[in-house]
Amino acid sequence: MTFSPQLEQRFAKLLTRYPEGRTRSAVIPMLIYAQDEVGAVTRELIDEVAKRCKVTPVQVDEVVGYYSMLHRKPQGKFHVQVCTNISCLLVGGEELYEHAKKKLGVGHKETTADGQFSLEEVECMGACSWAPAVEINYDFHHHVTPEKLDQLIDGLRKAQ
Amino acid sequence: MAKQLYNPPSPLETRVLSKRFGLEGSETLDVYLANDGFKAFLKAKEMTPEAIIEEVKTSALRGRGGAGFPTGLKWSFVPRTSPKPRVLVVNADESEPGCCKDRLLIEYDPHQLIEGILIASLAVDAHVGYVYVRGEYRYLVEKMDRAIEEAYARGYLGDNVAGTGWKFDLHTHSGAGAYECGEETALLDSLEGKRGVPRMKPPFPAVAGAWGMPTLLNNVETFSAIPPIIRDGGAAFAALGTPKNGGTRLMCLSGHVNKPGVYEIPLGFPMMKAINELGGGMRNGKKLKAVVPGGSSCPLLKADECDIPMDYDTLAKVGSMLGAGGMVVLDEDTDMVKFALRIMRFYQHESCGWCIPCREGTTWLRKILQRFSDGHGRREDISLIGELSKNMLGRTFCALGDAAAMPTISIVEKFTEDFEKYLVAKEAVAV
Repeated sequence: MTFSPQLEQRFAKLLTRYPEGRTRSAVIPMLIYAQDEVGAVTRELIDEVAKRCKVTPVQVDEVVGYYSMLHRKPQGKFHVQVCTNISCLLVGGEELYEHAKKKLGVGHKETTADGQFSLEEVECMGACSWAPAVEINYDFHHHVTPEKLDQLIDGLRKAQ
Repeated sequence: MAKQLYNPPSPLETRVLSKRFGLEGSETLDVYLANDGFKAFLKAKEMTPEAIIEEVKTSALRGRGGAGFPTGLKWSFVPRTSPKPRVLVVNADESEPGCCKDRLLIEYDPHQLIEGILIASLAVDAHVGYVYVRGEYRYLVEKMDRAIEEAYARGYLGDNVAGTGWKFDLHTHSGAGAYECGEETALLDSLEGKRGVPRMKPPFPAVAGAWGMPTLLNNVETFSAIPPIIRDGGAAFAALGTPKNGGTRLMCLSGHVNKPGVYEIPLGFPMMKAINELGGGMRNGKKLKAVVPGGSSCPLLKADECDIPMDYDTLAKVGSMLGAGGMVVLDEDTDMVKFALRIMRFYQHESCGWCIPCREGTTWLRKILQRFSDGHGRREDISLIGELSKNMLGRTFCALGDAAAMPTISIVEKFTEDFEKYLVAKEAVAV
C-alpha cells in the first residue's frame, strides 16, 4: 500500500521508538493514524501493518476487534460523537444525542446516505467539566446545546 | 478548539501544578524556563537517586491516577541496578467518567510533565519513556509531540539533557479507545501492541512491566507534581495538604453546580466548600442529593455525608474514594435508577471480557437495571443488584469489576427509595 509522505514519515519514526525487536508496539498507533488516511481498517491495511510491524495479520486483526475507535467500515466524513456518560447525562447529554439522531436521520454507528455524517453515542471522552460534550472527528465541542449542534452540523454541510 | 479550559484564578485555589495556566505561550519551553522551568531537574541531577526518592516520600504525594498509592514508595520498588533497562510510562489514558484534568496539564504545561519524567528517570536510572495518550485526545498527542520536539531541539531531551550529560528519550504513544487501558498492566499490553487486558500481579510492573523490563508507571498529574516537589522541597509540598495526603490536586467539578471546572485545591479541602464556593452552589437553587467524589467508580455519598474534608483517608473512612479527582454533583431531581444504569452501561461496554465475574456480572447488572428503568422491575431485583455486585468484588484481575460494583452497591443501598418509586409506578399501572 502507498501512503502520503507525512504518514510514511510517521511510520518510520514509530518503528524506531520501541526497544529493538519490539516493532509489534507500533501496531495500534500505526492502525489509528493509517485509518485516518485510508478511511477504515481494510483487509489490505491489516496485512500492510502486519508486514511493517513484523507480526502476523491475525495479531493485527485481534487488536482491531478490541479498540472502539478502530473500524472496518468507513464512517462519515464527519464522525459526530455524543457523550452521554454521567457528567454529560446530568446536563442534557441524552437529549442532545436524541436530537442528533433526528437531525442527522441516523442512529448509533450509522452513516447518512450521502456519506457525510456518521453518529456514535460514546463513553466519557474527558470533557466532564464542560459538559455536554461532542467530538467531531478529533475536535472537541463543549457546552453543546441542541441549537449549537444544529449550527455545527449546518456549518459543516455548507462548507462542503 | 474553543476557549481555554482553565478557570479565571480563584482565591480559593492553591495553584502549584497549574500556576502557569493562563500565561501567554505557557506550552512553550521559553515560558517554562522563564517561570522556574528545569530548576528542579538541575537540582535533582546533583542529588543521589535515594535522596530524590526520599524527597518524594517526604512530600506525601500519592498517585493521582485513582489508587492513591504513595508515589515515593512506588519509585523505591523499581530495581535500579537490574541488568534490564528501566522504562518510564506516563498514563495519559484519562478515561474515568468525571475526570478531565490531565488534558489541561498536557495542553498548558507539557514541559512541566517532561521535567517530572526526567527527574523520575534520574531516580530509577531510566533512559526511555512513553506518554500513553488515549486515542480520543489526538490533539493532545500533537501538542505533546510538539513539546517533545521542542525539548529535543533545545537540548532538554536526547543525549545531553540540559547540558548535564544525562541521556533520555521520550515518545508519545496513541491508544485507540479502551477504558481498560487506563489500568496499568492493560496499558502495558496495549503499549506492546496487544489487546488491553490486565496481567496477573505479581510480578508488578516495577519489576516486570513493558517488554518484561522494570517499569515505572505514573499518572500525568503525578509526574507533573514532581518539579515543584524537588524545587521547593518535599516538606513544603506536604505542608499544603494534610498528614499522609500531601500537596494539591486538580479537581474536576461537574454536574449540577453553577460553576463546573477544573480547580487546583489542597488535599483536605472541604467538600461542601468545593460545591458551594468553588462550584458556585447548586444549579437552579436545587438541593444536593449525592456526590460522586472521585470518578464513576467511587461509591456515592448522600448529601448528609458530604460535610467532610477531601483527602484519601477521610474518603476511605466514609467508604468511598478520592479516585482520580472527578467530582460529580447530583441534585434532588436526579433519578438514581437511571444514573446507576448509565454507570453500568459504561462498565459493561468497557469490560475487556478477560475475567468472567466482570464480563458476565456487568452484562447481567445492565440487563436488570435496564428492566428496572423500563418499568418492569421486581422487588427482588433490588437485593439481586446488590448481591450480584458484591459477587464481583475482588474476583477479577484488575479493578474494573470492583469499579462497576462499588458505585452500584452504594446507589442501591443508599437510594433504595428511588427503586421503590419504580415499583409503586408499576403497581399503579397494573391496577
